[in-house]
Amino acid sequence: MARKLPKVDVVIVGVGWGGGIIASELTKAGLNVVGLERGKERVTEDYYMVHDELRYALRYELMQDLSKETITFRSNEKIRALPMRTYGSFLLGDGIGGAGVHWNGWTFRFMPYDFQIRSQTIERYGEKKIPPGMTIQDWGITYDELEPYFDKFEQMAGISGEDNPLAEQMKAKRSNKYPTPPMKHSPAMRLFTEAAQKLNLHPYTIPSANLSAPYTNPDGIARAACQYCGFCERFGCEYGAKADPVVTVIPVALKTGKFQIRTYSNVRRILHTGGRATGVLYVDVTTGEEIEQPADIVVLTSYVFNNTRLLLLSKLGRPYDPRTGKGVIGKNYAYQVQKGQATGFFENKEFNVFAGAGSLGMYVDDFNGDNFDHSDVNFLHGGGINILQLGKRPIQNNPVPKGTPTWGKEFKAASIKYYTRALTVGTQGASLPYQHHYLDLDPTYKDAFGDPLMRITFDFEEQDRELSRYLATKSEEIMKEMGADKVEASKELGPYDITPYQSTHNTGGVIMGGSPDTSAVNNYLQMWDAENVFVVGASAFAHNSGYNPTGTVGALAYRAAEGILKYHQAGGGLLV
Amino acid sequence: MAEQDNQEKTYSRRKFLQNTGFALGGLIVGGIAGSLLKPEPEQAAPPPAADQQRDFNQAFMFFTQEQFRIVEAATERIFPGDDLGPGAKALGVAYFIDHQLAGDYGFNARDYMQGPFFPGEKVQGYQGRLRRREIYTIALREMQNYSMATYQKNFADLTPEQQDEVLRAFEEDKVKITTVSPSGFFKMLVTNTLEGVYADPLYGGNRNMDGWRLKNFPGNQMSYVNVIEQDAFQKIEPASLKDHLSHS
Repeated sequence: MARKLPKVDVVIVGVGWGGGIIASELTKAGLNVVGLERGKERVTEDYYMVHDELRYALRYELMQDLSKETITFRSNEKIRALPMRTYGSFLLGDGIGGAGVHWNGWTFRFMPYDFQIRSQTIERYGEKKIPPGMTIQDWGITYDELEPYFDKFEQMAGISGEDNPLAEQMKAKRSNKYPTPPMKHSPAMRLFTEAAQKLNLHPYTIPSANLSAPYTNPDGIARAACQYCGFCERFGCEYGAKADPVVTVIPVALKTGKFQIRTYSNVRRILHTGGRATGVLYVDVTTGEEIEQPADIVVLTSYVFNNTRLLLLSKLGRPYDPRTGKGVIGKNYAYQVQKGQATGFFENKEFNVFAGAGSLGMYVDDFNGDNFDHSDVNFLHGGGINILQLGKRPIQNNPVPKGTPTWGKEFKAASIKYYTRALTVGTQGASLPYQHHYLDLDPTYKDAFGDPLMRITFDFEEQDRELSRYLATKSEEIMKEMGADKVEASKELGPYDITPYQSTHNTGGVIMGGSPDTSAVNNYLQMWDAENVFVVGASAFAHNSGYNPTGTVGALAYRAAEGILKYHQAGGGLLV
Repeated sequence: MAEQDNQEKTYSRRKFLQNTGFALGGLIVGGIAGSLLKPEPEQAAPPPAADQQRDFNQAFMFFTQEQFRIVEAATERIFPGDDLGPGAKALGVAYFIDHQLAGDYGFNARDYMQGPFFPGEKVQGYQGRLRRREIYTIALREMQNYSMATYQKNFADLTPEQQDEVLRAFEEDKVKITTVSPSGFFKMLVTNTLEGVYADPLYGGNRNMDGWRLKNFPGNQMSYVNVIEQDAFQKIEPASLKDHLSHS
């Protein structure tokens, strides 16, 4: 029998960006909140020895221990799903701050087109433009409705940026300027900017959560400026310059005295009866004890996979059925299309590639969303094109021209030579959902407690291959204009392969929308089928854009926090 | 041994210094610059401090002597010492790999290693039940067997060209082994070699940060705020995590 604790107002499952934002907003309003986090405590002082590529980037110091829990994957239903035994395609965060500790900090707002993708596509191109099996749908909210929450996230995190030159065309209004100026520009960024402008494109500095200047946010939290040390992605920030829940929202919640964090607490079930949650059941992993935490409101704020998995394990909500397209939990799993980049080799120019910041770079939206005419192309949406200066660490960065051997004397010479002489124009393509891409419980493989693992059924489609080829021609053009002596573009997107790292932008599974028939949560991220359960995160995305997800996750978390407060005050009921 | 000495003598110390742009001689006191960038005959002997610092980290945690010799020879072919500067042997890569296999990495401690085990599609990644240290043990034995069968010599005693042939046979799966994938092992060996060349010296490779000097990577620096906008390439004397510690 589980030990039963006294009831609290709100229990949140996972203390990363979602959990931290919910906790800070609710405790400021006077609610008592308990945060259950299965990992350990994390503080800025942990990162004294953080400039260690092997430990953090290649041995995954900050990531979830896969020996205890992983996911399984198959390309389609005909294949047996097998466990992701070691990290590759994406990295799962762990501990206080979650993925908000090891992220790079690119902080975009999804564009107005994203939130109304189905209706705008039909309006502009007709319904036939949507290929069979593609399950794009509107999000049940508009950009204008979400704008105040985007702003709130940006002000809290101190995002450094400048106006997107295409904002007007995209109808993406801003109520406030970015709170801090754009990041510094490196020579590679200047080269990209000049080339892109010559090609009549509209480059802008990537909105960055690595502070360009010291900043004090509306909660009174002061942080130092980024030092461009080159250890950001997969690392924690030893300066606290990178916005991370640990140095922003969590201390605000703790200061109220109303937020209690319990680390090493792994939630296994949401307890519910009659369409209402009564609390959660968790295990203190240090002792193995099972504990029940009753609560008026349950908020899931873990990563995409665990939000979805907890609902399926708890038999809460209607599981998605890929054969009929009915049901919602596990629906519209999407990812990111990371192909179409062009690498340029410069014989006579060296760049200070070792320096950089996680979100230092330029971005171009001319071929993103519906910013260009899709009448004559065989794909929908698009992707961002970028140049990055993240800090190239030496183990993982060995660029060599095609045809160079992969080992031996020639490899050594070329990899040393081009380490400082190669730049890449990168792309980040949208990933649109299909009826047969989904998440469910694996029938075979189990976690450390004996619970089924999350199973991913996903592959790239013709849409993704067409998009990659299109973006490749654009990035190649820019790189040529930048003056590289040799340009190599990656045009062909193969099948989705879980082994090479691509992106930690997994989305969907508990998607938001305007109707319980097609979505799991409403536009406050409140479950249609359980009104006192809110599910926060990129799990709510009905598709993934040509942008990084965190800015939109943050906005949705603020929106959910407002909804939870409304729900609490009203004493029940669906908010929409 | 004589052959290896000859190889080491082919490093042109002057060329390496030109390439890195650092005045090494006066600064470096650790054993490696002295012992591996062997002074050419007309040059002065290494500084006396070289012998005083014994590197207690250079002993085996996992490998047998035979295994160590194979790994040292193989990684030197993957990343050879030459005019550009030191290779895997001089940088201590075999010690690095030995130390890695002795710990979490060798045991796949943080990987999902529960059954059932099925052969998967390529896109599903590694699905074997063997852990990295077991793969090394088996594959190194097979490298030795293959060398003996083909050349009647131990791998470490083959000529560099013969060693390359053996490695290529593994890379291209021309070696028939039932328990491990030869190409999978070779790929891991290449990855581990690059890790040993470029990881912080605290792990036993990248001796004296000379791997970093090859690439002009400055290692552990606190700030590039004054570098990030510079057009000119900045050569910065590298610092390690150990340097960081002594600042406290």
